[in-house]
Order: sequence, then structure tokens, then C-alpha cells
Amino acid sequence: MFWVNKAHAGNTFMPPQASNFAESVDTLYGFLYYASLISCILVIGGLIYFAVKYKRKTATDKTAYIAHNALLEFLWSFIPFVVFLVVFAWGWKVFYDMRNAPKDALEVHVVGQKWNWNFIYKSGRKSGGEFTVPVNTPVKLIMSSRDVLHSFFVPSFRVKQDVVPGRYTSLWFTATKEGDFNVFCTEYCGTGHSTMLAKVKVVSKAEYENWLENDPYKGLSLAEVGQKVYAGACIACHNTTDVKKIGPGFAGLWGTDRKLTDGSAVKFDEAYVKESIVNPNAKKAEGYENAVMTSFQGQLSEDEITGVIEYLKTLKK
Amino acid sequence: MSSAADRSKNYLNEESGLWSWLTTLDHKRIGIMYMITVMFFFLIGGVFALLIRAELFSVGPTVVEGAAQYNQLMTFHGAIMVFMVIIPGIPAFLGNFFLPLQIGAKDVAFPKVNLMSWYCLIIGAAISFYSLFFNGADTGWTFYTPYSIETDNGTILLVLGAFVMGFSSILTGVNFVATTHRLRAPGMGFFQMPLFVWGLYSTAILQVVATPVLGITLLLLAAEKTMGIGFFDPALGGDPVLFQHFFWFYSHPAVYIMILPAMGIISELITTFSRKVIFGYKAIAFSSVGIAAVSFFVWGHHMFVSGQSQLAGVIFSFLTMLVGVPTAIKTFNWVATMYKGSIQFQSPMLYAMGFLFLFTIGGVTGVMLAVMAVDVHFHDTYFVVAHFHYVMVGGTLMAIMGGIYYWFPKMFGKMYNEFMAQLSFLFIFVGFNVTFFPQFILGAQGMPRRYFDYLPAFEPLNRVSTVGSWLIGIGFLIGLYVIVSGMLKGKKAPDNPWGAKTLEWQTSSPPPHTNFHEQPVVTGGPYEYR
Amino acid sequence: MSTVNKPRSEGGHAFHFDNAEHEFETSKFGIWLFLCTEVLMFGGLFVAYFLFEHKFPETFIEGATYLDWKFGAVNTAVLLLSSFTMVLSIYYAQNNKTKQCVNMLFITLGCGFIFMGIKYLEYMHKIELGLLPGEMFSFTGEVGASNLGLYFSTYYMMTGLHGSHVLVGMGLIVWCIVRARRGEYNSKYFTTLECVGLFWHLVDLIWIYLFPLLYLVD
Repeated sequence: MFWVNKAHAGNTFMPPQASNFAESVDTLYGFLYYASLISCILVIGGLIYFAVKYKRKTATDKTAYIAHNALLEFLWSFIPFVVFLVVFAWGWKVFYDMRNAPKDALEVHVVGQKWNWNFIYKSGRKSGGEFTVPVNTPVKLIMSSRDVLHSFFVPSFRVKQDVVPGRYTSLWFTATKEGDFNVFCTEYCGTGHSTMLAKVKVVSKAEYENWLENDPYKGLSLAEVGQKVYAGACIACHNTTDVKKIGPGFAGLWGTDRKLTDGSAVKFDEAYVKESIVNPNAKKAEGYENAVMTSFQGQLSEDEITGVIEYLKTLKK
Repeated sequence: MSSAADRSKNYLNEESGLWSWLTTLDHKRIGIMYMITVMFFFLIGGVFALLIRAELFSVGPTVVEGAAQYNQLMTFHGAIMVFMVIIPGIPAFLGNFFLPLQIGAKDVAFPKVNLMSWYCLIIGAAISFYSLFFNGADTGWTFYTPYSIETDNGTILLVLGAFVMGFSSILTGVNFVATTHRLRAPGMGFFQMPLFVWGLYSTAILQVVATPVLGITLLLLAAEKTMGIGFFDPALGGDPVLFQHFFWFYSHPAVYIMILPAMGIISELITTFSRKVIFGYKAIAFSSVGIAAVSFFVWGHHMFVSGQSQLAGVIFSFLTMLVGVPTAIKTFNWVATMYKGSIQFQSPMLYAMGFLFLFTIGGVTGVMLAVMAVDVHFHDTYFVVAHFHYVMVGGTLMAIMGGIYYWFPKMFGKMYNEFMAQLSFLFIFVGFNVTFFPQFILGAQGMPRRYFDYLPAFEPLNRVSTVGSWLIGIGFLIGLYVIVSGMLKGKKAPDNPWGAKTLEWQTSSPPPHTNFHEQPVVTGGPYEYR
Repeated sequence: MSTVNKPRSEGGHAFHFDNAEHEFETSKFGIWLFLCTEVLMFGGLFVAYFLFEHKFPETFIEGATYLDWKFGAVNTAVLLLSSFTMVLSIYYAQNNKTKQCVNMLFITLGCGFIFMGIKYLEYMHKIELGLLPGEMFSFTGEVGASNLGLYFSTYYMMTGLHGSHVLVGMGLIVWCIVRARRGEYNSKYFTTLECVGLFWHLVDLIWIYLFPLLYLVD
């Protein structure tokens, strides 16, 4: 079922509050919601009441010639104007806070590209598709795009910021609840727009330190590393069966001959996979003429690419 | 002058044959041609909407193969509805027909330019649809860069089509401003003009001043796609966000092009069917022009999270609040007009009341979106989709339907089937709320727009929304039947079935080629119900 | 009512106007409105120019060095002359001097040809050197700024859009010449000349702004 915020005064259908901004945004929204409800009741109620009360009685009814009422017109111009100014200023205040991150915020770099999100921590630790942050700690995301416009949106935190190629934009938040929260791309970016999802995992400070120290691939075989990388970076477009989605499915492909768009064939081997990860559009499989895959050059380490290669070898039909 | 022989000839039967229509200079015939074309495009855009909602009925691909086709559907639904339906919809159809009549003129200022503007719409639409042979366009109707530059399909044709259709809008605007200033009948000063004319006039100013900026924006986009000029490419020193500024500088005034004529119609309907003088005539008139003026300064409220500076956001948010005030004033004035009126509930009035209901909801949600901190959450979610459908469909489309039925007897000399028209209204009104109210909730919960697929938690409300779309579809099909059957076999209509006071009702139904049998002379205001 | 069915050169007018004067004034009003749309369209380009020039001043200074201000100055003089001869053609029409009116129109048209000719030479010179817009920039000489392509994009878009308007104006003048030679313009009717003249003046005016912005930056 959908999330309904019942903790907050009134049922305004917002997701659970999980950041420092959520309560202030929800309160402001709640005010707008109730002010709007009252306005609608007045206008629509008035409309219906007059419609019933002043229904035409005879064909030759005469009506009152009321063309003005200075007091009424003044009131219903001035009061809305004041209300609008109040919500404008209130909205600005909260927005100002959203735009001014504390100086000591924990910085994480975010790279958006078609169609996944990658996160890079100051320690060098990388994370694809999901990122971990400590609870009750200000976190500032420094974001850029490698190709087109994207937008980073965490509904539960009430934060959003477009991600633009050629420049950096940022947003910040302090997560107030532990748990996993959805991240959506909210600027249309092509066929993978609705699958460009991510997760923000909020954990205790101790757990976060632990996570940061620990090599995610410690103790994993190459294929297991590959499986992890695959789950973050490849899953938006590819699959491990043989379904044709945005990109091909990989089941049982290893070692077979792949037909390409230009009619030639190439063996599905280590070299082909490596090339297709760093220079994806060089040798596209037949049937994917219009598909465009962004390169992962610089995004995946050599070890990670090797891991993916080993993982693909394991995918049987 | 007004013998029986004179009155048998009217603009419809004076000449016959397709060629006489395609080369006509009569504003009334051009208005009817626009009516048919706009209704045709509306049906196509509506089918695309039904396909979109059908696809969104369930998680995963259902009706379309994949995201690529869905993205084309959503792009074309938007482009068709914006450029081919809602922008020309009222001005070029009802405006063309009734602006000269309401000011007591014999035609618009430039009849040949009027015909040219219709051809621009047709040619622009043809170019736009031709792009479908090249895999259409999948950028959304807003063409944001850099995606619109790199996407490899018929986008450039849609861009060029929109450019040509822009000319249609500009030419209509030039014509209407000149007509309003120069062709008013003796005794009709600006403050004796009906409020529909004020609405059309304010709209025409917007069409003249704003549309050229869309023109240059589309040209720059085309140049970027073909020659790589780099204005929007960071690698060459350009700025992708610059496109958004250029685009919205037109497209925000454009939404007022969509709503101001509709508000003009509502003024006519409320006063006629309440048989009462409009409350606050000058306030409504000045509000129309005021909204048009301020509309140029608020475009950045579409861009709060685009990367534009906080200061810019603050200014845009503040100015947007200013534009909300005249809109609120108009709404209160309309309700106040009904006070102590003598109200009848034929279809035009039902649509006017439907407008008041739905536009109020659309308007208050607009104020919510203008509040910066709240917009951060709602931007690019289904909340915005719900907001603009409430004002454009719940607002403008309701007004068009009300206007069609109101002026039906005047345009065709026949009456439509009142019962079926009310049935159509019921399906549309209920269906509309079932379709779009849940979308406010979906947006609040975080469902982004332009999503081909969505998380399972969003499915129940998406299903409700889709069922609503079927009700709307039925409603408009009934409406189409009402209009066509009325045109073909409606009962003969009198000159003034509603007892209205504006000038178009002083001539025969349908009007003669030169509009009036005698030169009208105006001696008072347009709504003197005493 | 009788004035409606007469030809315009005899004081006739369309049926929906009160008289020829009414029609003339309204036509002028309409052209002025249309000119507003042109100003706004070029305005968008001017805004882009100012934004980029503000962001990359050295690029624009360097780019301007590849433009010869002398050619620009000649073009400015040519367009100013053509606006003058356009006004003269209207004056002659108002005074029933058809032959001189046509001559002035021909001179105006000639000025247009000269302007486009010089533009052609300028463009060819730049194309040869590889001074092309944006991505296509392929100049092999030494450059200071790294994004000269952006300067030339601005240059070609602005002068290109302007040049296309000069061509349209020339076409309209040809049409005026045809009608003038048929004797359609006289003291009672010269509306088309007036409207085309206003359009031509705008084309001239836009160039007057373009010239310093593109050629005289330093």
C-alpha cells in the first residue's frame, strides 16, 4: 500500500519523514493544503450554494444589478495577497536552509549517467546503485552528469536537484531515520529514465565507519565481485536471462559468436566484453542499432571489469 | 435591409464546395475550419493519452513494447495537445468566429493573414506528424538539451513543425490586436467590450510578444542538432540550462495564452446563464492584461532545481505569487456574479461551473508549486502533471466545451441535443477527477513523471487513474456525437436562445457573410441585465 | 459602400473597413506589430550574444579580429542608403511619379545585392580558413581562446538570420517593383510600399546593432 504520513497533523499523503527537511517541508505543505482546502470550500461551496438558491424561477426574472462592492473586492484581493506573501517567505526560508549546507558536512560525489548513479567517497571507496550514509549526520552530495540532464530525488528526504553535464550541483540533508530509501531520477533522460533508480542506506555511525573501512570485495571471488558490480551498474539495461530489453540478456552467451549490427560476427569473449564496457558502441549486437550505452571507462576499476567478465562466464542458459 | 430573402443567405450556404472553404477569407469559415482541425488533432492526442494510461495500468510493459515507444507517445501527446489543440483551440476557433461579431466588425483586420495562419497550422502539423516516419521524437514536448541534441530520430522535424505552428499563433495574435484596436463599432470603447474580447486581446499580445522567442529557441536547437553550434553544449562553452531559460520564456506566457481566452468564455457564460451583470467588469478586464504582463517575468518557477541561482529562484517565486492575485480576483468575481442571479443550468453553464470547480483546484496547487521549498519535492513528479491537467483540461477544455455549446446555435443555426450534452459533461467531469486527483497523491508520494514503468507501490492509484481516462474518453466521444449530430440535424435555432446581451446575438443564426444586417451602434456596457 | 468595389489605386478598400484611410492605418498598425515579433526573435539571439560575451570576453575579442570592420562599415553604409532610397520610392509614389518610384526600388534592391555579395565574400573567406561554428571549427592557425567555435556560432547565427531577412526583404521589393510598374501605387494607395519599407528599415536597424557588437569589439 502507499505510504501515508499519519504522524503528521492531517493526512497529506507524503512519504515517511526521514530527513531534517521533511518536517519543515511537510508543515509548510500542510499549511498550503489546509489553506487550499478552505479556499476551495469557500469558492466551490459558494458556487453550489448560489446555484441552488438562485435557480431561475420564472422566465421573466429580474436580477439585482450588482456590479461592484469595493470592500469585498479589496478584502478578497488583499487577503490572498498577504497569504501568498507569507507562503512565499516561508518557502524561501526553508529553501535557503536547503541550499546552505553546514561547513562540516560529509561530502560524497555523485555521478549520474544513462542510466545509473555512482557514488564516490573521499576515502576512494566507490559504490554503484546505492550509497551508505550515517544517520543524524549532515551529508552533502556533489553531483555532475557524464552525459545528459538527470535529477537526483529522494522523496523521503524531500530533496531534489538536477544533475547537469559540465558543472557541479549539490544538495544536502541529514538523515534522521535508519533504513533504505528510494532515489529516483526525475529529469527525463531517455529510455532508461524510469529504471535509473538508486537507494540510500542510512545506518548508525558505527556501522557507517565499518562500511567505509571495509573493502566490499574482500573475501569475494572474481565472479562474486563481478556479480556485485553487475547488480549496481548493469542491471538497468541488461539481464541474466535472454530477454531483449534496452540491452541484451547474457544467459549462455559466453564463447558464442555474436552477430553485430554491420553483419559481421565476433566471439563473445574477454576482449569483446572489455571493449563493450569501455567503448560500448564500437561493436553493437544485431538488433540494438538504436541502443546507446554510455562508457564505463573510469567508472569501473580494472579489477571490477575482470570481475564482470568472470561473472558473465557463469551465466548459463 | 432585413427582408426574408436576405436572411436565408448566411456564411455557411453563401458559397459551396471544398475549394470555397479552402480559399475563404471569411473569419467565420476560417473559425469553423480551425474547429474541425483542432477537434481532429484533439482526437489523436486523446488516443495517445489513452494509450499512455493503458500502458501505466500495470507495472511492466503491457501495451507498448518498451520505453522507447512510450517516450514517443508521451512526447507526441504533449506536443499535439500544446501546439495543435490548446494554443490555437480558443483563439483561432471561437475567437476567430466571435471577436469581430462581439465588437460589431465585419471581419478581422487582415483576412488573408487569417487564412495563412490556418495553413501554417496545417503545414506545421503535417511536418510534425511526418517525423513519426523517422521514429518520431522522444524528448518530451519540452525538448530539454542535451538529450534533445543527441537523440537520433525525427526530433528535428517535430522542432521544425512546432516552429511553423508558431507562425500560426503569431499571425493570429497580430490580427486580433489590430482588429481590437481598429475595428470596433461606433460607441464601443474598450470598456464596452465583452470580457471574451478582453481575454482574446490579452492573449493576442502574448502571442505577438512571446511566440517569437520560441521561434528562435527552436531555430537554435535545430542549429545545434545539425551544425553543433554549441550554445547548449558545455564542451564548447555553452550551457544546457540556457535552453531551459529560452524555452520557458515563451512557454510560461504560453500557458496564459491557453487560459486567458478560456477565462473570457467563462465570463460570458456565467453572466448570460445567471442573467446578471458581471461583477467587477473592470477588475476582470485589468486582471486579464495584468496576468499577461506579469506572465513574462515568472518563467524560472519551472526551474527552481535546475541549477539556477537561489536569488533567481526567489525573484521568480515572488513574482509568481503576484500573478496569482488577479487570477483569484477573477474567480471570486465569477462566483459573486451568481449571487442574486437567475440561474439556468443548460450545458454551457454546467461547463462553466465545472471550470470553476476544477480550475480552483488547479490554481491552488499552482500556488503550492510556486513555493520554493515545496516545489523541490513536487517538481517533475505526477503532482505537476495533475496540476497542469487541472488547469488545462479542467480549465481550458471545459471552457471550450462550454463555448461550443453556448455559441452552437449562432454558428450553425441549429440546437444541439441538450440531454446528451449534459451526459457528456457528467462523464468528462467525473472521469477527469478520477483520472487526475490520484495523480496529486502519486506525486506527493514521489512518483516521477515521464516514467514508462514504476515501483509496484504506485500501481493501485495508477489503475484508478487509468479507469478515469476511459470515462473521459467516453465523455468526449458522446460530445463528438452531440456536435456532429447537432450540425447535421439539430432543430432550427432562434437568433438569441439564451437571451444574452452581447452583439453577436443581435444578428441572425447563422450570421450573414458580412456579420450584421445593419451596422450595430453600441450605447452601453455588454452585460446590462436590468 | 461604393468605395469598396473600386481598385485601391482609385481609393477602394476592403469591405470591412470604413474607408481607404482606415485600411491604411490598420495595415501600418499590423506591420508594426509584426516588427515587434521580429525584434523579439532577434532579441533572443542578442541575449545569447551578451551572455556568452560576458562569460568569454577574450574569446569574443579574439574572434572579432577575424572580421574586417571595413567590410562591415561598407555594408552599414549600403543598408543606410537603401533605407533612404526606400523612403524616396514612397515619396515618389505619393506624388504620382511611378517611374522614379520604380527607380528608387531598383536602387534599394541593388543595395541589397551589394550587401549580400559582401556577406558572401566574408563567409567564403572564413569558411576557407576553417572559421566555422561550434563543433565544425577547424582553424589550423594559432588560437588563444579555446572556444572560438562558440564566437563563430554566434556570428553565423546572427548574421545568418539577418541575411535571410535581407533576402526576404529583397523578394518583397521585387514584388513591389512588379506592382509599381503596373501602376498600382499612387497618391491614393501606397500601403504595400509603406509596409515593406517599414520591414526594410527594421532589417537595416538590426544590422546597425549587429555591426558594432560583432565587428567593433575590443
